[in-house]
Amino acid sequence: MGAMSGRQKIAWAAITLAVLVYALFPVASILATSFKLSSDLNSGTFLPTTWTLGNYREILAPDGSAQDLFLSSLRNSVGISLIATAISVVLSTLAAYAIARLQFPGRKLILTTALAVSIFPVISIVTPLFNLWRSIGLYDTWPGLVIPYLSLTLPISIWTLTAFFRQIPWELEQAAQVDGATTWQAFRKAIVPLAAPGVFTTALIAFFIAWNDFVYGISLTSTEAARPVPAALAFFAGASQFEEPTGAISAAAVVVTVPVVVLVLLFQRQIVSGLTQGAVKG
Amino acid sequence: MSTEVTGATAAAASRSTRGAGPERSGKPRRSDRARAEARLGWLLAGPAFVVMLAVTAYPILQALYESLFRNRLTAPDDRAFIGLGNYAVILTDPVFWGSLLVTTIIMLVTVAIELVLGFALALVMHRAVTRLRGLLRTAILVPYGIITVVSAFAWFYAFAIDSGYVNQWFDWVPGIDENLNWFAGTGTSLFVIIASEVWKTTPFISLLLLAGLAQVPGDLEEAAQVDGATWWQRMKRVVLPNMKAAIMVAVLFRALDAFRIFDNVFIMTNGANNTTVLSLLAYRTSIGRLEIGLGSAISVLLFVCVLIICFIAIKIFKVDLAGARGDR
Repeated sequence: MGAMSGRQKIAWAAITLAVLVYALFPVASILATSFKLSSDLNSGTFLPTTWTLGNYREILAPDGSAQDLFLSSLRNSVGISLIATAISVVLSTLAAYAIARLQFPGRKLILTTALAVSIFPVISIVTPLFNLWRSIGLYDTWPGLVIPYLSLTLPISIWTLTAFFRQIPWELEQAAQVDGATTWQAFRKAIVPLAAPGVFTTALIAFFIAWNDFVYGISLTSTEAARPVPAALAFFAGASQFEEPTGAISAAAVVVTVPVVVLVLLFQRQIVSGLTQGAVKG
Repeated sequence: MSTEVTGATAAAASRSTRGAGPERSGKPRRSDRARAEARLGWLLAGPAFVVMLAVTAYPILQALYESLFRNRLTAPDDRAFIGLGNYAVILTDPVFWGSLLVTTIIMLVTVAIELVLGFALALVMHRAVTRLRGLLRTAILVPYGIITVVSAFAWFYAFAIDSGYVNQWFDWVPGIDENLNWFAGTGTSLFVIIASEVWKTTPFISLLLLAGLAQVPGDLEEAAQVDGATWWQRMKRVVLPNMKAAIMVAVLFRALDAFRIFDNVFIMTNGANNTTVLSLLAYRTSIGRLEIGLGSAISVLLFVCVLIICFIAIKIFKVDLAGARGDR
C-alpha cells in the first residue's frame, strides 16, 4: 500500500475507531454496570457515580448472597463444557483423520450428516430429550447436558478438523518411513506436530460453543446440580425480593466473559483460520 | 486448488505439497487393501457418525412419534393417540402464525443487515495494512467470544427504562425521550433484539466474507481497474461473483441460526408484546406448560421450517452445499 497520505491516515483512524467502538461498546456497558452501587443503577448514566466491588463480592465472597448459586453454576459450566469438548475432539479427530487420509465410501455421507446436524434447530431436540431424560434419570445431571452438547460441538469439530487435516502433507509420513522410522514413529514425529494446532483450535471453538449454550441449559436442568452459567444468569434473583439483581448479574457476566475473551484474543489467529477453513474451503 | 485463508499459519507451510503426487500411497491398489482401508475408515469415523445420529435423528423421530399423542405431564392418565390433532390445533392457532411471522421478520432483517455490515467490515479488514488488520480482527472477535446471554443482558440494561442510559444519550433523536420504554412495544423490542443479534453474530459473517475476499484473484481485479472499471463495477463483475460460495454459506448459516433465535428474546422480553419467536413458543409449550404432545408437534414444524429454508437457499443459489463447504 506504500505511504499513506494524511487524509488516508485520518480516514483509517476514524474507521478503526468506529470498529473498536462497535465491537467493545456492549462489553464496556456491562462492565460499567457491574461496578455500580444498587442505588446508582437507575441513575441513567453510563459510568457509575461511585465505583464499588460490592456486586463481585455478592457472587464471589464466601458470605456473598449469590455465591453458592454462581460458583456452582460456574463449576457446572466448566465441567460440562470441558467434558463435551474432550469427547467431541477425540471422536472428531478420529473421524477427520479417516476422512482426510483414507479412501472409503461414506466420507461424504459423514460430512453431510455433520452439516445437517449443525443446522438442526436445538429446540426440536429439547422436547423429546426433556421427556426421555426425566424417565431415565438424566434430567438435571451432568451427562444429561454433556450428551446434547455433543450435537452442538461434534459437527463443527468434524468440519474444522477435516479442513485442517486435508492440508497436512501426508507424504511426510512415508518420507519418514523411508528414512527408517517405524509406522508409529513416522506418524508421531511427522504428523502429530502438524495436526496438533488444528486439534487445539478445534477444542477452543468447541468449548466456546458449549459455553455459550442456553437452550439445553435452561430446559434440561432444574437445580444447582447441573445448571450452567448462562441459565443461572437468567434465573438469578436479587438478594431480597425487592432488590433488582442487575448489579450481580452484570458482575457474574463479566466474570464469565473475561476468561473467554482473553482466550479469544490470545488465540485469535488460530480461531479465525479454524472458523473460516471449516466453513469456506473451495 | 487450495485456499489461502487470512493468516492461516499451519496451513501455509503445506500448501505447496498438497494435491501433488500420486494417490495417497502410490502403490497399486488392491481390493483387499481397499477393503481394509474402508473398514479402518468406518472404524475411526463410525463413533462420531453414530453419536451425531443418536443425539439428533433419534430425538426428532421421538418428537415425530410424540406429536401424534395428546400428552400432558400434568394429566398423565389422559394420554391418547390423536393422530394429527396436535398439528390441527397449532396450525389453526393465530399464536403460531404470529410467532412464525416474527421469527421470519427477525431472520430476514438480521441477515440483510449483517450481510451489508459484515461485508463492509470484511472490506475494511481486507484493505487495511497488516498491523491495523490484526487489531481490527482482534476487536471483531470480541463479540464472538461473548455468551449470547451476556450480550443480551448488556443490551437489555442499556435500553431498559430504569437502568438504561440510551434514552438520556439519544433524547435529541425524534421519538426518543427519557420516558421511552423500549420493551413495551413490539417494534422497539424487536429493534433491540435485532441489534443485539446483529452485534453478536456479524463478526462470524464478516470473517467468512473476508476469507471469501481472499479467494478473489487479485490480478482479475487489477485488470478490471486498468480497463477503467469503477469501484462498483469491479465489485459487481469481479469480486462478488468470485465470492459466491462464501456469501452463500454465510447467508444460509446465519439465516438458519437467526431462525433459531432464543437467548436474547428470552432475556429481553420473554415473548411479551408479540415477540414470541418459534423456539420460545416450543420451549414454553413443552417445558413451561408440560404439553409434550403439542410441544413435540411445534418442534417437528420448526424442523420442517429449517428444511424449507435450506431448500429455498439451495434453489436460489444453485450451489451444492457440501461442495461449497469443502467436500470435493
